[in-house]
Order: sequence, then C-alpha cells, then structure tokens
Amino acid sequence: MDKIDKDLLEKITDLHKIELGAFNIRKNGQAIDKKSTKEIEIVPKKDKSGIDVFVKPNVKNKALHIPVIITMGGLNDLVYNDFYVGENSSITIVAGCGIHNSTSENSVHNGIHSFHLEKNSQVKYIERHIGVGNGSGGKILNPVTKIYQKENSSLHIETLQIGGVTSSIRKTFARLGENAKLEVQENILTTDEEKAETEFKVVLKGKKSSVEVVSHSVARNNSFQKFKSNLVGENDCFGHVECDGILLDNARIVSVPMIDAKDNNSSLVHEAAIGKIAGDELVKLMSLGLSQEEAENTIIKGFLMG
Amino acid sequence: MLKIENLSYNIFEDEKDREILNDISLNFEKGKIYVITGPNGSGKSTLVKIVMGIKKQTSGKIFFNGKDISNLSINERANLGISYAFQQPVTFKGLKVRDLLDIASHKKNDFNTLCDYLAQVGLCAKEYINRPLDDKLSGGELKRIELALTLARKTPLNIFDEPEAGIDLWSFDNLTNIFKNLKNTTNIIVSHQTKILEIADYVILLKNGKVVKIGSYSEVKPFIENATCGKLRSQNGQD
Repeated sequence: MDKIDKDLLEKITDLHKIELGAFNIRKNGQAIDKKSTKEIEIVPKKDKSGIDVFVKPNVKNKALHIPVIITMGGLNDLVYNDFYVGENSSITIVAGCGIHNSTSENSVHNGIHSFHLEKNSQVKYIERHIGVGNGSGGKILNPVTKIYQKENSSLHIETLQIGGVTSSIRKTFARLGENAKLEVQENILTTDEEKAETEFKVVLKGKKSSVEVVSHSVARNNSFQKFKSNLVGENDCFGHVECDGILLDNARIVSVPMIDAKDNNSSLVHEAAIGKIAGDELVKLMSLGLSQEEAENTIIKGFLMG
Repeated sequence: MLKIENLSYNIFEDEKDREILNDISLNFEKGKIYVITGPNGSGKSTLVKIVMGIKKQTSGKIFFNGKDISNLSINERANLGISYAFQQPVTFKGLKVRDLLDIASHKKNDFNTLCDYLAQVGLCAKEYINRPLDDKLSGGELKRIELALTLARKTPLNIFDEPEAGIDLWSFDNLTNIFKNLKNTTNIIVSHQTKILEIADYVILLKNGKVVKIGSYSEVKPFIENATCGKLRSQNGQD
C-alpha cells in the first residue's frame, strides 16, 4: 500500500481510531487483503464480485471494516456485499469509498449492499465517501443499499460525503419487521459542478416499527442535490424524515417528500427546510469574533460533522 | 471608554422616514454598570445593536477607547473587546455548547474551564457541553448559555439585551450577582426589571428615540414611572 492508499483509507475509515477486527480491503476492483475472525466470517462471492459477511449469533460489540479505494481512471467497479447479522449480535461496520483520480477518465464505483438483520440484532453502519485528485476524470459513486430487518432489530446508518465526488446516486430500500428501528443520518457536501442524488424507500411493515431519516445537505457553487424520500406505513408505526439544506452561491437543492399511510395507525412526518445560512447564526458567530468567512465555515462544519 | 456622538437611526416605512433614534450622545465610563430602560419601542435594543455593529447608524459616531469604530464590522468590534448577549439566543444545527464556548474564549477549553463558565450561570457542564445548541434546549437554558458565552469572552465592554427574559427557573439574585462580580469591566444592560435597575451605577431612560434622563436609579425612577405610565416590571416579571 502506498501513501495515497493509506491517506484514502484513513479518511474513509478512521482506521487509526478503531481497533481492527475483521476487514476486507478492496483496491481498483480487486480484494487485496482480508481477515475473518471467529465471530465474523468473510466469504468471497463465487458468481460475481463481492463478499458475503456472516456475523454469528450473540456476537457483542465487534467491528468490521470494508473500505474500497480506487486510484486509477477508466475503472467501472461493481461490487456486491451482503451482510447477514445473527440473532442478538451487535456490530459496527465501517465502510466507504475513497477515489483518487488524477486521470482524464472516469473512476466509477457501484457498491450494492444488502443487510439482513436477524431478531434483536443491532448494527451501526458508517459509510464515508470522498473524491480527491486533480484529474479531469469524474469520481462517480452509486451506492445501493437494501435493508431487511427482523423483529426488534435496529440499524443506525451514518453516511458522510464531504466533497470531491463528481456525481453520486444513492438508493436505499428498507423493509422493517415488528418493533424494528432504522435511523439514518446522511450528510452531504457538494461543490463546483457536482451532483448528488439520494432516494429512500422505507416500508414499515411490522407493528411498532420506526424510521428516522435526517439529511443535512450543503450545496456550494453550481452544485445540485436532490433528496427523495418515500415512507410507506403498513402497520401501527412511526416514520420521520427531516431534510435540511444550506444553499450557497448558485447551488440548487430539491426535496421530494412522499409519505404513504396505508394503515390508519401509521404516523408519518416529513419536514424540509432549504435556504441560505441563517443571518442570525452568522451575526452571533461574528459577535464572538469570527470573520464572516470563518463563521460560514464553522456553521457548515457543524451542520455536516456535528 | 465608549462614547456615542450625535447618533441617529431612521428607517423607511410606509413610504416615509421614521426616526428610531434621534441625536443621541452618551459617554460610558470604565468599570460602571449602565442600565438602559424605557417603554417598548423607545429604541433601547436598536441603540445597543448599533454599538455592536449589528445595525448601522444613519448618522453619528461611536468611539471605543478613543478609536472610531462607527464603520467597523461586528467581528472587528468583537475583537477590539465588545461582547453582546442577544435578547433572543441564536440556535445552531450541529454546533455544541462546547464549540461555542471554545469560539467565544478563542481557545480549546478543558473540562474544568468549561465547568467554570457554565457554573457561573447555574448549569452543570457534564450535562451540557456536548449538547447541540439547538431548539431542544429550553428558552431558559439557551438564555443562560448565551450569558455564559458573553462571560467567557472576558471583554472590557459587555452588552446584555434583556438578560432576564426567560430565566424564570433561576433566581434574579444569581443574575444580578453576575453583573456585580464583573469587576473592571463596563456593562450596558437593556432591562425593564427593577432588580437590575437597582444595581445600576447609571440608569439611562430612553423615550421615542431620545435620552430623557441619566442618573442613579433613585434620580431616574420618577421619570421612568412617568415615561412608562407606572408600568415597570417587578422582579417576578409581571407588569
């Protein structure tokens, strides 16, 4: 691994902060290193590119790292990762894709993930996406996440895309069983001519299932973001979607809400607010001594990383 | 240390100029407590906002320690040593109480220092430093944190715009003690409250954008009653 690889890995996984357990590192379309543990088994797929991850039942507080790095142009990487989390297990999965493209050809990563959570399992999934390198080639990411949660399971997803990604289309589908809980925190920064689209569909099938989606978007320069969500209540359930966007320069953010209460005991809420940085926030920080530019950056950093 | 000369502020409303402040000249001495009072709409908050640079005067000048600050930005004034506690505390999505205290004090504070800042306003640091400064905090909590941010700056001139509003669960004595303990600093407080007026070295009474009277509370009190038709708020916040 060279310095570019290590820098990318650190940025997307914070490997230096978390003790390394099971892991699978993928570089330029190939798995370059992997380690299973007695609790977490990583099995390469035979029919296509990707891995199956099996977390045994009753595993407590273990970590799995599955970073992807791309350091070449002209690559169209398609990978399928499927996670099977056993009953009563709790695990943190750190994923993400770092693209360093110094060429004039596009680098593309399409990560198709599925999560199968058994009863009472708990998963924290942290996903970071960054693009670096000054080539004119695009740094393109199209993650697809499919989630199937059984009774009393919980999944907490944190997605961070902090600039440099030319284009991303992120699609998430979830089906929640009885008393299952899904929380999603998505923070996206786009600059220059970048485009980022997000689409959620969550079907609340089980009684007392719940979903909370919080999206924080910051769009600068001429960038474009679109946030589309669709909550379907099929039982006595609760769903809340909050989409907050900060617009700077000539950027544009579109929020498309859809809530579909198929059961009359569903309680579904969608909130969306898009606008410039609030003037009173700038004034407050300036009254504490920050310049206008410092105040703007502080507000954006807090909004995305806080 | 702060001098206001011939300050006026007009707004254009309903197709005509309306005078909010009219030719105000004031001199604030170092180490004194000034309470600006007056009926609603008398121009109290506008006056202190102009001193901080949040609003721009139509005419007149402001000098801070002899330097003309009339055209300086908010942060330039802040960095010269002026602090301002807002009447309506500002909330943020994502910034934590700890972040704001670090910004206010221009340094990364350890837990004990953060504890000192928050203890002054009756809050326990352990419960608050990692909480976002957002609208999940109550109005009273936000108001007290706003005070703590101002105190953390340790500036020679502090402005408090109606500091008593919303601190109902905290006693007025604690609040007035804060002002009394701010030694060697100049404090300008906008307030209607008798308990705060009582600790003033000077009370400045404004009405219709003009200074009606300056003096000790006992000297100004009859004029206040006249200007406000006796509607001075007692310590429990009732009219």
